Amino acid sequence: MTQHVFAPWNDPGEKPLIQFRNVTKRFGDFTAIDDLTQDIYEKEFFALLGPSGCGKTTMMRMLAGFERPSSGQIFIAGQDMARIPPNKRAVNMMFQSYALFPHLSVWDNIAFGLKREGKDKDIIAARVEEMLRLTRLTKFAKRKPHQISGGQRQRVALARSLAKAPKLLLLDEPLGALDKKLRQDTQFELMDIQEKTGTTFVIVTHDQEEAMTVASRVAVMDEGRIIQVATPAQIYEAPNSVYVADFIGDVNIISGRAKPTGDKVVTQWAEGQPDIIGTTTTEFDPGQEIHFAIRPEKVAISTEEPQDAANKLQGKVLDIAYLGNISTYHVELPTGHVIKAQTANTRRLSRRQITWEDPVWISFTDTAGVLLER
Amino acid sequence: MRRFILIAVPYLWLVALFLIPFVIVLKISLSDVALARPPYFPQLDLSAGWEGLTSFFSALDFENFWFLTTDDLYWKAYLSSLQIALTSTVMTLLVGYPIAYAMARAAPEWRPTLLMLVILPFWTSFLIRVYAWMGILSNEGLLNQFLLWLGVINEPLTILNTNIAVYIGIVYTYLPFMILPIYSALERMDDSLLEAAEDLGCSRLSAFWLVTVPLSKNGIIAGCFLVFIPTIGEFVIPSLLGGSGTLMIGKVLWEEFFSNRDWPVASAVAVILLLILVIPIILFQRNEQKQREAEG
Ligand SMILES: Nc1ncnc2c1ncn2[C@@H]1O[C@H](COP(=O)(O)OP(=O)(O)OP(=O)(O)O)[C@@H](O)[C@H]1O
Ligand SMILES: [Mg+2]
Repeated sequence: MTQHVFAPWNDPGEKPLIQFRNVTKRFGDFTAIDDLTQDIYEKEFFALLGPSGCGKTTMMRMLAGFERPSSGQIFIAGQDMARIPPNKRAVNMMFQSYALFPHLSVWDNIAFGLKREGKDKDIIAARVEEMLRLTRLTKFAKRKPHQISGGQRQRVALARSLAKAPKLLLLDEPLGALDKKLRQDTQFELMDIQEKTGTTFVIVTHDQEEAMTVASRVAVMDEGRIIQVATPAQIYEAPNSVYVADFIGDVNIISGRAKPTGDKVVTQWAEGQPDIIGTTTTEFDPGQEIHFAIRPEKVAISTEEPQDAANKLQGKVLDIAYLGNISTYHVELPTGHVIKAQTANTRRLSRRQITWEDPVWISFTDTAGVLLER
Repeated sequence: MRRFILIAVPYLWLVALFLIPFVIVLKISLSDVALARPPYFPQLDLSAGWEGLTSFFSALDFENFWFLTTDDLYWKAYLSSLQIALTSTVMTLLVGYPIAYAMARAAPEWRPTLLMLVILPFWTSFLIRVYAWMGILSNEGLLNQFLLWLGVINEPLTILNTNIAVYIGIVYTYLPFMILPIYSALERMDDSLLEAAEDLGCSRLSAFWLVTVPLSKNGIIAGCFLVFIPTIGEFVIPSLLGGSGTLMIGKVLWEEFFSNRDWPVASAVAVILLLILVIPIILFQRNEQKQREAEG
């Protein structure tokens, strides 16, 4: 039996659940979403990542039916959504502002959607209890929203949107107000729910770690456009632009001019410094401006000259950031560039051999970094 | 000390403007009518000392209250006042709610202007506005002329000096008191609540009933009391716009006082009216307090 990899986006026979087709959304003369085309598949956990104001909530609101695209079309399950009001969509949204009903208790807030379906009382009660247990709110069921904490409110909003077990669930920063432990627990709960119910999730988050943990694919947005969509690993290891590389995780960027040599590309980046050798599948023109991006954990640091490294540079330790499990060394090169190198702290602090102002070597292999055009 | 002063101010206010006048009216209501000036007996004669005091108190009795029960004019007037006040409160609510709703939904830059327009009528004298309604509603009035001109009617409608005119007058006069509290409740409401309701399967209409109305409940209650309480004792509107058939306790009170010069009976009517009003006022206070507690 072969391990089944979940990647419907690679399967041309698969029908997407959500299709954005050239969707543009303007508010007055401000373009919030700019000619966006994107497919999202059933059972996906699709994460939207991007700086504040880039249009994440606007995308969600168009899916939920609160905003109409200025142009373009949105399809859900093959159906054009243009004329479908929010209450007729099998979509539930968790609002960034929670939007809990202040006049209803926690219990009634969660039951609100179920009651509208005209379900049996016992079924509703059972479902609400289940949701309360899931979000650990059982104790607060009788309270009103203003009588509970911010994190608890967020969980009520989550429970309310989950209660109807919709086909598509939109979560706008669902876990931002939770502490780290509870957030991780809830992330796993969400993944669990997703696996059990087969619900498709679109989630907005500011927390990259969260996006990396839960998402099947991550979309990095900027100014109303999606810059890259890929699995968390691809986004991290093979960003398509400096913007994405810089947005996700920590990165060193060295800009220079390309000099293709066989299957390798050499980056000429500073007078008197050895060129940086990298590998790529993209074709670069000689002399073209390129950016070499490398993650700090892929840069090794040593006091002695490394022997068999493809790239090695000499510098001086400027700063050390101790983060417990890892340390980040800021190494200043003679050119003024500062390169970050990360090492795992396998030894105790007192045994550390590199300190401030030490002359050091940094090195990396020719496959450790990526070469980017923009 | 500072706290004491802060508490003392409203109590002084209450004592000076409510309790003292009430005690005076109560005293008159327990007296007997007399052809004198002032037209009642006994008078408190403090110069006679203790004796004067005892003879004063022994002359007070509940005769006038008893009298109120013997003539059915009075309880009919109370009942009819209650009925008119209730009906016109409901009508004011029906007219005021949509206006408040529209104002709260209007673009934010328009809201101060709309609010101004609601308050604007207060800038002219109340009496002048009621007289203006007489001009509008009378048989040769603007409304009838307009309807005749349109050809909707063949002969003038009799509106003035009927209960209909009273209702129109009351709704018109007290409308701002209904609109303002409802507007302030609606304006505070977060629009995303309606979106959440729709998202969870409500139509626009059911979202209105399940979210908007409950959230404006306190505004509705406040508005209803602000209209109901002054309307019960209303005197000017029924006497100017109403006819001989319009029976309201405010009018009865006025007649006892000025036409019959029977101050003691008039005072007894006023005391009973106050007792009737105390009930809704207490309910109103309760509601305000509950609201404050709910908002924490
Ligand atoms: N109703 C509106 N009228 C005008 N501009 C709007 C409206 N809604 C959103 N915008 C603008 O559209 C842009 C995108 O807004 P959106 O709420 O989608 O951002 P976001 O990515 O969710 O940001 P955040 O991470 O801060 O929540 C913003 O610049 C915002 O100012
Ligand atoms: Mg947002």
